[in-house]
Amino acid sequence: MKRTSTFLISMMCFGFAFFYVPILSMIFFSFNKSRLATLWGGFSVEWYGKLFSNPQILNAAWLSLQIALLSATMATILGTMAGIALARFRRFRGRTLLSGLITAPLIMPEVITGISSLMLFIMMAQWIGWPGQRGFTTILIAHITFSMTYVTTIIQSRLASMDNSIEEAAMDLGSKPWQVLKDVTLPIISPAIISGWLLAFTISLDDVVITSFTTGPGYNTLPMIIWSKVKLGVTPDINALASIIVLVVALGVGIAAFLLTSAERRRERDIQLAIAANQ
Amino acid sequence: MSSAGWFNRRGWRDIIIASPYLWLILFFLLPFLIVVVMSIAKSAAQSPPFAFLADFPFAWFGNYARLWTKWLYVRAFFISLTNAGIATVLCLLVGYPMALGLTRVPKAAQRLLLMLVVLPFWTSFLLRVYAWMGLMGRNSWFNRLLTEIHNLVTPESWHWDGIQMMNTNFAVVLVMVYSYLPFMVLPLYANLEKLDRTLDEAAMDLGSKPWQVFLDVTLPLSIPGIVAGGLLVFIPASGELVIPSLVGNVSDPMIGYVISQEFGSNHDWPMASSIAVALLLLLVVPLMAYNHFEARAQTGPDK
Repeated sequence: MKRTSTFLISMMCFGFAFFYVPILSMIFFSFNKSRLATLWGGFSVEWYGKLFSNPQILNAAWLSLQIALLSATMATILGTMAGIALARFRRFRGRTLLSGLITAPLIMPEVITGISSLMLFIMMAQWIGWPGQRGFTTILIAHITFSMTYVTTIIQSRLASMDNSIEEAAMDLGSKPWQVLKDVTLPIISPAIISGWLLAFTISLDDVVITSFTTGPGYNTLPMIIWSKVKLGVTPDINALASIIVLVVALGVGIAAFLLTSAERRRERDIQLAIAANQ
Repeated sequence: MSSAGWFNRRGWRDIIIASPYLWLILFFLLPFLIVVVMSIAKSAAQSPPFAFLADFPFAWFGNYARLWTKWLYVRAFFISLTNAGIATVLCLLVGYPMALGLTRVPKAAQRLLLMLVVLPFWTSFLLRVYAWMGLMGRNSWFNRLLTEIHNLVTPESWHWDGIQMMNTNFAVVLVMVYSYLPFMVLPLYANLEKLDRTLDEAAMDLGSKPWQVFLDVTLPLSIPGIVAGGLLVFIPASGELVIPSLVGNVSDPMIGYVISQEFGSNHDWPMASSIAVALLLLLVVPLMAYNHFEARAQTGPDK
């Protein structure tokens, strides 16, 4: 038994080193004075300064942020609806098709999703004259489509593990269906909704393949700028940009995880107290 | 159930069902059908670069025939599937002990470590590929370290002055393992965490050695986790576009790259579509095998 755990612990150390050494190395070299991104030439923060005075990068970041906020919100609304439909409405026409449509984008390679969306937009422009030009709206539509399926999966599994007798009890006590939804179901699944939104937000913020197929002239998101720069090689300013993004995301995920677990704990304690008070 | 359900007022129900439904039909199913139809069209040197009804026969399977006869496509399919396969096996080899280890550490540490597994999954995919580009260049500290180690253990005449890592198939597999490892660890952890540890103890009491316990108890019980993790790695890896275009060798293209080239540079939309359909068909086969497997697992172990 002792030997096994030593083996497991060393494998875990290897695994975590594998996860974090490349990222830490990238952050380290973002403080490199030298223009050569891989040779150490002394400490410097000049690349960070250059980044914040680069209008191309700032504009792209702003565009990415707008698209991510809007698409995550829309995807969460649609995804939550689909999750409720699949988990709570047992029988309706086309249920199988809907659940198929939810899982298909998850396994569809991004290139294919990107190409098929682009073909749709081109065809639509021919048939109905819309969208006249690809850009903000077409990127937004594509992002909503593929991120809503992630939200649905999260909501659906949350609802499946939740006891629906609480909802039935509310019904028996005279709540109308929309009141049950508003006062019982949505608050209970709110952690899932928040994590679904966060996932949709980061997926949108990160996407480069589908965006590059659905974008139009003048609409470059941050990942697309990074993509075109990275193709030419490793540079210290991209190291700096990448480090900022990684740190912001890590901080965001850390805070969100902390808030979600403490909210969960509080809710569990409330339930315990309520049960105790009734006895 | 539909009348006894908690949300039976038709109006609300219909809106909740119809909105995501319509959205997905319009923006996912319809584009996909366009691809399928496009795959049996003919390419044409005009804009848009395809022709349908003009030159019948409408259903033209020439693209699919070319798929099997042109070496470039066959080779790209082969490279994609082997790369994805190797990456999946390596993910399993690294991810399994990690997942098992996670279930064996104290609860408080478990939370933190799990968080550390999830974190790379949330940070940008593109940037994780980029982080490796920094390590694989000929002058990077990592490459020089590996070169030094190599030169220490080999005779003088075999010495290298840096390892060619960038733009190789090796780089593609390495970065794929890196990017998809969380997809292997998380389902495996979920599976292993639920296993009943008393089974291990029983096997130990009956005289099994630790490795026998692992082979006879833990491993067979974790097969659903292995399959789920394997699919989560294998399927996206076989259609990968970002990794091969950034760190791969352009003369050894993977199929995702070929699709984007046919579509973008060659303007051969019908060919790109039929490659896409063929790739999807190839991916559906392992999924159907998985569904079959899962259905059998739910009806109980075979006798």
